[in-house]
Amino acid sequence: MGFTIPTEFMYTKDHEWAQVEDNLVSVGITEYAQDALGEVVYVELPEEGQKVTQGEPFGVVESVKAVSDLYAPISGTVVEVNESVIESPGQVNDDPYGDGWLIRIEMDSEKELATLMPPSDYEKLIKK
Amino acid sequence: MDSLKRTPLYEEHIKANGRMVPFAGWEMPVQYRGVIEEHENVRKNVGLFDVSHMGEVFVSGPKALDSLQYLTTNDVSKLEPGQAQYSLLLNPNGGIVDDIIVYCIEKGVHYLVCVNASNTEKDYQWMVKNNKGAVIENQSDRWAQIAVQGPRAVELVAHVLGPKHQNTETFEFGTHQGPGGIWYVARTGYTGEDGYEIFLPNSDAPRFWQDLMNKGNSLGVQPIGLGARDTLRTEMKYSLYGNEITDETSPLEAGLGWVVKLQKGDFIGRAPLVALKESGVSRKLVGFKLLEKGIPRHGYPLVSEKGDSLGVVTSGTMSPTLKEAIGIGYVAAHLSSEGSRFFVQIRGRNLAASVVKTPFVKTKGE
Repeated sequence: MGFTIPTEFMYTKDHEWAQVEDNLVSVGITEYAQDALGEVVYVELPEEGQKVTQGEPFGVVESVKAVSDLYAPISGTVVEVNESVIESPGQVNDDPYGDGWLIRIEMDSEKELATLMPPSDYEKLIKK
Repeated sequence: MDSLKRTPLYEEHIKANGRMVPFAGWEMPVQYRGVIEEHENVRKNVGLFDVSHMGEVFVSGPKALDSLQYLTTNDVSKLEPGQAQYSLLLNPNGGIVDDIIVYCIEKGVHYLVCVNASNTEKDYQWMVKNNKGAVIENQSDRWAQIAVQGPRAVELVAHVLGPKHQNTETFEFGTHQGPGGIWYVARTGYTGEDGYEIFLPNSDAPRFWQDLMNKGNSLGVQPIGLGARDTLRTEMKYSLYGNEITDETSPLEAGLGWVVKLQKGDFIGRAPLVALKESGVSRKLVGFKLLEKGIPRHGYPLVSEKGDSLGVVTSGTMSPTLKEAIGIGYVAAHLSSEGSRFFVQIRGRNLAASVVKTPFVKTKGE
């Protein structure tokens, strides 16, 4: 289908992306995920300061027809939440890797990064 | 796992980039361009729905009327040729086997019963088991069905089939002679908009669909998937089998008392309904809006402020027309009047909701 998979990000099997800058990790869902979900009409995200755990749900995105959990790509503390995506959930569809970002996490340990997928592996996953 | 069935319009869905999903044993399009766009197009222009997965059971012979009177809740004797009625099949406990539409082709002796796809085999077996001497045939595999819905539906069908069906009243139907046999063109629907549901032989379906698409281009026609079909009917608070109505729900709780004619004589499920009418229902189906951010979904609990159980959500969505979260659910009868407040439990949080008038959306077709 030719979905964009930015090469500078890491990915989860649950279709989140993670962009690492020093000890901060920005998180969103992939273009593939937003397409599969359809038009996003509601986003529920944690509060700043909340702890998240790698592989555990940290929020939800909902289309008119379905609810999907969001899974944390890394453990840590939420330091920033994209308030504008809560007001305009369609940003997740329009710009999943940009304005549609969801949260920024201050990670507990860089070790967990090793369990994330490089773009080439994620590409294989969605081609299955 | 049985392989999924395909309707005669499968190729049309693929051509239109339909996203195909399994539904009730069929491979059906859930969406083409997007649920919201499709929904809005039905409210504004016109949309085509492939509902060929729905079941067609014909009831005929000298005992057709007697059998249908016993099998269904509405009064079939009131139907003249060319008229249709919404009705129910009940079990002996007064629970709902299915919701159906009965079409009178020839008074007393020839009727078409349209049933839900997921229930076709169950309904057919049920009807045969409780038959009072009619000839009952499940012809679902021979019939396609296309719904044309929206404010421009009448104009579109006139472009393709001629003006004949423009004056058909709501819940009436006419016939059309197609290449593959007779068609039934009914002024019915599941969206709240004006329009038709058209039964036609499988072999005639692709050409008719293509004609509707081509001639409807200037009217803004679009194919509509199951996703928008669900949001459209939810905005009207129309029941969906498996959600609002099941073998365990009573028509009196579901707000379907208007299709139950207790005076017409005996029918399956009548006695428990007479008793329930006497004692009064303990829960009622209501439409509500969420007063806080979130979306109610099928199965979420309805609770009091303290968290005591009051009922359950049967359907919910973000209304594409209202841009508000709407829900349908069963709630304790004393909380069923407009303005009553309760809470929807969503992922452990209680979000306030208020009962509103339904349909949620006003349409010209309703």
